[in-house]
Amino acid sequence: MSPTPTRPSDDLVPVAGGGLLDRRMFLRQGMMLGGAGLGLLAVDADAADFPRWMKTPGGPLTNYGEPSPYEKEAIRWISANAKAPGHGISWTPLHRLEGTITPNGLHFERHHNGVPAIDPEQHRLTLHGLFSKPIQWSLEQLFRYPMVSRQCFVECGGNSNAGWHDEPIQTPVGYFHGLVSSSEWTGIPLSTLLDEAGLQPEARWLVAEGADAGAMNVSIPIEKALDDTLLALYQNGERIRPEQGYPMRLILPGFEAVLNVKWLQRLQAVREPLMSRNETAKYTELEPSGKARQFTFIMEAKSVITQPSPGFRLKGPGLYQISGLAWSGRGTIRRVDISADGGRSWAPAALQEPLLSKCFTRFRLPWRWDGSPLILKSRAIDDTGYQQPERSTLIAERGQRGYFHYNAIVAFAVDSDGSLRHVYA
Amino acid sequence: MEASVMSMPSLSSPSRSGLRLIWRGSLFIGLLMPLWTPLKAAPEGPKLGVSITQESILPLDISVFPDGTGLPPGKGTAVDGKTHFEALCQGCHGVKGSGGDAEELVGRSPLSGARPDQTVGNYWPYATTIFDYIRRAMPLNAPLSLSNDQVYALTAYLLYLNGIVTETSEMNATTLRAIQMPNRDGFYRVWGNGGR
Repeated sequence: MSPTPTRPSDDLVPVAGGGLLDRRMFLRQGMMLGGAGLGLLAVDADAADFPRWMKTPGGPLTNYGEPSPYEKEAIRWISANAKAPGHGISWTPLHRLEGTITPNGLHFERHHNGVPAIDPEQHRLTLHGLFSKPIQWSLEQLFRYPMVSRQCFVECGGNSNAGWHDEPIQTPVGYFHGLVSSSEWTGIPLSTLLDEAGLQPEARWLVAEGADAGAMNVSIPIEKALDDTLLALYQNGERIRPEQGYPMRLILPGFEAVLNVKWLQRLQAVREPLMSRNETAKYTELEPSGKARQFTFIMEAKSVITQPSPGFRLKGPGLYQISGLAWSGRGTIRRVDISADGGRSWAPAALQEPLLSKCFTRFRLPWRWDGSPLILKSRAIDDTGYQQPERSTLIAERGQRGYFHYNAIVAFAVDSDGSLRHVYA
Repeated sequence: MEASVMSMPSLSSPSRSGLRLIWRGSLFIGLLMPLWTPLKAAPEGPKLGVSITQESILPLDISVFPDGTGLPPGKGTAVDGKTHFEALCQGCHGVKGSGGDAEELVGRSPLSGARPDQTVGNYWPYATTIFDYIRRAMPLNAPLSLSNDQVYALTAYLLYLNGIVTETSEMNATTLRAIQMPNRDGFYRVWGNGGR
């Protein structure tokens, strides 16, 4: 007598090509699937023993904790000028992280001439220009001001720029898309300080300047400064680290990172932008016509699958969870779709709550891989209705010389051996 | 609580933008701007900022604007600038700004080509930016170390190498602001024009 065939539950019926399953499946069936997994890990009872770390006292207490020594690959990769080691970038290893908060030691870096060693006692914030009076604060004074906290991403305008290349770059996701990080920032609404100094109605821009070696400067539109800009003093609960702007930086949620000036020391209110190097020669996007886009401040919606991703290998056919990040500088992520057949069909991913504006949103979807080659993609849609474009669409609009603001859909080819490659598809 | 206000979406309904227009006092400018949340009352602070004099800021105010605001006294020509460049800049930027570990600074190829280089000569829209940037940031190993005359001379040299001034043209606060860069009209603003 042949065994009775069993019909898969509705949740295990693919909802899109390539084996994508319903986004609620893990919620309903997590216990059952988990139990099946444990069965495979059964150990030989005779060889069983308690591990050595249970039979000897553990390590001492520490003043400041560090990651497990087994997590040495969860690090920033650095790309700096050979003659100027402080002039460069380091990427957040997005492919090694989960959730939506970037650990402080892994927040991406972009320094134009190194990390200044600022003595907070000597640091001052000065406001001048189109104010009723020039005014200055010490840190001690600023710490008496009312503070607020908000979570948001900070993304370099040049993030993902390898996407403009003719050939797809083969590197882990974080070292391609990791010039973006997300934190809880705490500080003083900038509007409080602008009010106190008596901002004049004719002021249209603030020229912000850092106290780094190079006095990095850039112009900020007054609408943003008065809206949700923070003078941030804390990152994820602790004082901002030196490489993130200690003792204070600007946070402009959703705006390209160069405007989130680190080591802030001066704000000059003016009618017209300064036209600094970093708002003319850089952070502008040359189009095929020969004209360049300028003041393209808002980081548009983007998503990327972080697991599975290039550099990892699937261990044979079976059930996996696809996981990734989406964010939009215009607001909240409304939906993320995933395709496992190169974009022919799409399934909506589960979005991890809470859904926060201008912040990382973690998306996940169960997937049963049958072992055949296919192409994974994700696309984000934000609450303005904007949908992350295909690469061909973005290039048709912008050409390939813009360098900044690359936000096209990312595609990974899964080969039959379980390896993943970045592809243009 | 202010905390909840801070996390509100910044896009507002058109009807609410009226308040912002009143604040701005200019219907025309207001129509060109994106629709933002009306200005929120800023949380009240303890007002501990210390008033300072305009004079005390001057030495620290190194901003230079396209209209020449902020350009200090001083002068220099490309002849002087060549000497400074070879001593201070050439190691990274290459002979005559041709590029090296640091970017190339010279070139006038058309920007509409397939792979145009973006240099001071064919891309930078304002000559005042050269002064502003060199004075605050260069040389990389000793920022803020150059005299104003040196910065004027280096600016003159870069303009000369890019075919914008002659070797003996003196750059000073008056002449520098008058320079019309070749790519002066090569940019269009996305912010404030409702585009993406």
